[in-house]
Amino acid sequence: MFFAVTVGDWLGEVENWVFAVLAIAMVYAAIRVVTTKNVVHAALFLVIALGGSAAIFLLLGAEFVAWTVVMVYIGAVIVLFLFGIMITRAPLGYETKLSHPRRVRIGAALASGALFLLIGGAMLDAFGDDPVPAAIDPTRTSDIGQSIFERFVIPFEVVSFVLLAALIGGIVIARQDPTVEEEEVLQ
Amino acid sequence: MIINQFLLLGAALFSIGVYGVLSRRNAVLVLLSVELMLAAVNINMVAFDRLNQDVMAGGQVFALFIIAVAAAEVGIGIAIVLLIFRNRRSANVDELDLMKL
Repeated sequence: MFFAVTVGDWLGEVENWVFAVLAIAMVYAAIRVVTTKNVVHAALFLVIALGGSAAIFLLLGAEFVAWTVVMVYIGAVIVLFLFGIMITRAPLGYETKLSHPRRVRIGAALASGALFLLIGGAMLDAFGDDPVPAAIDPTRTSDIGQSIFERFVIPFEVVSFVLLAALIGGIVIARQDPTVEEEEVLQ
Repeated sequence: MIINQFLLLGAALFSIGVYGVLSRRNAVLVLLSVELMLAAVNINMVAFDRLNQDVMAGGQVFALFIIAVAAAEVGIGIAIVLLIFRNRRSANVDELDLMKL
C-alpha cells in the first residue's frame, strides 16, 4: 500500500481537520459550478471554490499567494465574469439548456473520471505519504519579492508584457466600431 | 499534513474543471470551468513549493504568474464571447459552426 500513515494519525493533526472541511466545501462548490442550472450561481460557487483555495494556501504558509488570489480572482475576475453574464444575457433564471445533452455529459464524466484516476494514481505512486511541513515557517512576502526581482525577473517582464497585450487586445476586440453615419455625426 | 492530500484535491478540482469544459454549452460557463482548472494547478504549485522548501519560493512565484495569465485570459475570453454574442446573438459553443464544413 502507499501509506504508512494511518487514518488515526492523520486525523490527529488539527490542520488536517481544517483541510478536510475546506476540501469538502471546495469539491462541492466545484461540482455545483459545473452542474448548476443558474449562471449567476455558477459564478458565486466559483467564489467559494477560490476562497477555499486561498484558505489552503494560508494552511500551506503561502500568505502572499493567498491574498493575491483573494484580490485578483475573487475581487476582479469574478466581477468580470458577472459582467460577461450580464452583457451576454445568459438566461438568469433556471434553464436546462446551459449544458450539452445527456449523451455528451456522460462522455465528459467518463473522460474526466478517467483523468482523475490517472492523475491521482500517478501522484499516489510517486509521493506516497511524504509529509509537507506545516505553516510553522510561512514564506515571507519579502522573500517572494526578492525571488521575483532577482531570479525570475525576465519571466516577470514577459508576464507584464502579456498583461499589456491582453489589455490592448481586449479593447480592440470588444470595442464597437462606429458605423459610417455615426462617424459623420462625430465629425 | 502529507503532500498527497493537496495533490489529490488539485486532481479532483482539475477533473471537475475538465468535465465542465466538455459538458457546458454556454461559453461564459466554459470559461468559468477553465478558471477552476487553473486554480487546481495553483494548489499543486504551492504544495510542491512547500514540499521542496525552495529557497527562492519558485512554486509560489509561478502560482503568481499563473494568476496573472489567468486574469489576462479572462479579459480576452470575455471580450471574444462578447464579440461573438454581438455578431451571432448567441453565446453557445455548439452554435458557432461557421468554420465547419
